[in-house]
Amino acid sequence: MKNWLSPKSMTGIALIAIALIVLPHVVGMGGQAWVRILNFAILYVFLALGLNIVVGFAGLLDLGYIAFYAVGAYTWALLASPHFGLHFPVWAILPIGALMACVFGVLLGSPTLKLRGDYLAIVTLGFGEIIRIFLNNLNSPVNITNGPQGITLIDPVKVGDFSFAGTSQIFGMTMTGPQKYYYLLVALALLVIIINVRLQHSRIGRAWQAIREDEIAAKAVGINTRNIKLLAFAMGASFGGIAGGIFSAMQGFVSPESFSLIESIMVLAMVVLGGMGHIPGVILGAVLLTFLPEVLRYAVTPVQMALFGKILVDPESLRMLVFGLALVLVMRFKPAGLWPSPERSRELSEKPVEVVK
Amino acid sequence: MDIFLQQIINGLVQGSIYALVALGYTMVYGIMGLINFAHGEVVMIGALISITVTSTLAAAGMPLGLAGLFGLVAAMLTCMALGWSLERIAYRPLRGSPRLTPLITAIGMSIVLQNLAMIFWGRNYMTFPPLLPKVNFEFAGTHFTLVQVVIVLLSAALMAGLVFLVYRTKLGMAMRATAQNPAVASLMGVNINRVIASAFVIGSALAAVAGVMVGSYYEIAHYQMGFMLGLKAFTAAVLGGIGNLAGAMAGGILLGIIEALGAGYIGDFTGGFLGSHYQDIFAFVVLIVVLMFKPSGLFGEKTGDRA
Repeated sequence: MKNWLSPKSMTGIALIAIALIVLPHVVGMGGQAWVRILNFAILYVFLALGLNIVVGFAGLLDLGYIAFYAVGAYTWALLASPHFGLHFPVWAILPIGALMACVFGVLLGSPTLKLRGDYLAIVTLGFGEIIRIFLNNLNSPVNITNGPQGITLIDPVKVGDFSFAGTSQIFGMTMTGPQKYYYLLVALALLVIIINVRLQHSRIGRAWQAIREDEIAAKAVGINTRNIKLLAFAMGASFGGIAGGIFSAMQGFVSPESFSLIESIMVLAMVVLGGMGHIPGVILGAVLLTFLPEVLRYAVTPVQMALFGKILVDPESLRMLVFGLALVLVMRFKPAGLWPSPERSRELSEKPVEVVK
Repeated sequence: MDIFLQQIINGLVQGSIYALVALGYTMVYGIMGLINFAHGEVVMIGALISITVTSTLAAAGMPLGLAGLFGLVAAMLTCMALGWSLERIAYRPLRGSPRLTPLITAIGMSIVLQNLAMIFWGRNYMTFPPLLPKVNFEFAGTHFTLVQVVIVLLSAALMAGLVFLVYRTKLGMAMRATAQNPAVASLMGVNINRVIASAFVIGSALAAVAGVMVGSYYEIAHYQMGFMLGLKAFTAAVLGGIGNLAGAMAGGILLGIIEALGAGYIGDFTGGFLGSHYQDIFAFVVLIVVLMFKPSGLFGEKTGDRA
C-alpha cells in the first residue's frame, strides 16, 4: 500500500468518484441506450476480472469462461421468474448463483488439472459448448430451460420495495432504470476490483503467479498446485456467476444465444488486449472492447455516406470487420497488451527473441 | 445392424473431412505451437470461391464437371494465398511475443474473414452446384452416394500425399526439424520462415479441398460454415494428439464416426430422454473423457511445458 491518504491521491480519488457519479447522466444525454452500453461495459469488467484470475494470474487458458456466466444467469432466471413461479430475494439468489458457478468451476477444473496449455484450452472450450447445448435443449421431455426461446419476465434486482427497473424519483432526481443499475454495478465493480487487488498480493495470488511462471518449481516450494489451481477456477467462476445473475436481472430475459463461444473469446480478448494479469489493463480492455463495436455501429454509416455518398457495404459486417482488424493491429504493435504490468513489459523487452527473424 | 453400418459410413465421410481440416491445425501447431483459429474460415472461403467460380464457368457454357475442377483449383490457389498472407500479416510479426498474443490476432483474423465473406457473398445460404452425378450404391444393406465415395478416396489420397511430403522430402525434413527446435534447425541451414509459410500454404490447400467437399456433400455453403467445422476439426486434432499427423487423421475419422453413431443411438440409450440434437456434444464429451485418461491425446507425445 502506497501512501494513498496523501492530499494528492485523495484529490485523484475524489475526482474519479465525481466522474463515476456524473458519468451516467452525461452519457444519458446521448440516450439511455448509451447508459445500457455503459452498464454492459461494467459487466464485462466483472467478467474480464474473473477470467483474469484464471488466465492472467494462474496462467490457465480458459476458452469456456462464458459457461459460468450462463450458469449464474440461468440460476437467477430460474429462481426469480414466472417460469417456475419462484421469486427468491436478491440476498438468496446472488450467493446461490455464485455458488452454482463455483461448483461448475470445480466440476470443470477437477478432471482437467493434469492438462497443460492448449489441451486445457480446448477442454474448457468444449465444456462451454456442452453447457450451451444443454441450455438450448433442456426443454423436453422436462422443460427446465425453455430451450432456444429462453426465459422471459425475469425479476429485476429489488431491495425491499425499491426496484432497480423503471424510472423513479430519488432525492428529487429522476433516475431511469439503467442509471440505477449503473450505480449498483459501479458499487459491485469497486468491490470486485478491491477483492482482486487484495487477492493478487495475497499468499494465494502469489501462489497463482508461481504456478503461472513454473508449475514444477511452484510444487517444489511446497505449493499445493492442485488445490490452488482449483481455487483459481472456482473464484473465477464465482465472479462470472455473479455477473451472469445481474445480467439476467438487468435484461429481464436470457436465452442460450447470449452464451456462445464468441462471447468467451471476447472476454479473453479483453483480458489479453488490456494486459494480462494487470488489473487496470484488464479493466481498460473490457471497457474499450465493449464500446468499440458500439461506437463503430454509429460511426460506420455516416463515414460511408461522407466517403462514397451512399451505403456501399453492409454496416453490420463492416463494423465487425473494423473490430477484427483493430484486434490484429493492437496485438501487432502492443504484443503484451495496451497496459501491461510494469514487470511484464520489462521481462518482454529484456528477453532475447527466440526464433530467428 | 444396417443402421450401425450406415452410420459408420456416414461417420467415415464426415470424419475424412474433419481429418483434412485437422491436418492444417496440427501442422501449424506442431511447428510453431499456435492454434490457428482462422483455419476454419479458410475452409469457408474455399467453399465459397469454388461455388462462385464453378457457377460462373458453368453459366458460360462449360460442362459442369470441368467447371467444378476449375472451381476446386481456384479455391485451392486462393486459400493458399490466403494462408500465406495470414501467416505474413497476423502471425509472423508476433513470433517471440507472449503466447496468447497470436491467439488473439488469430481470432481477429477469423472475424475479419467471416465479415469479408459476408460482404462479398451475402448472408444467405448458397446452393452448391452438383459437381458429381447423383449415383447411389447399395452394399450390405447400406446406401451411399458417389459424392461420399469420392470424398473418402480423395481425402485418403491427399493424406497419403502429405505423409509422403513430410517424411520423404527435404521440405518435410525441414518441417520436422523446425517442429523439434526452431533455433537449432535454423542453425542447420533451414529457412524457418519458408518452412512455416509452407506449413500454412499446405494446410490451407487441404482446407480448400475440405471446403469444396463439405459444400458438395451438404449442397450448401454459408459464410458461417467454417466456425463449427473448424472447432470440430481442432477437437479432432487434439483428440489424436496435437502436432501429430497420424493423430490428426485418426482423430478426425474417429470423431466423425463417434458423432454419427452417437446421433444415431442416443435416443435408444437414454430411452428417448436425449435426442439427436445433442449431436454436437459428443465431440466434446469424448474429448474430455479421452484427455482425462490420456492428457496428451490418443497418439500425442508427452507435451513440453507450453503452459
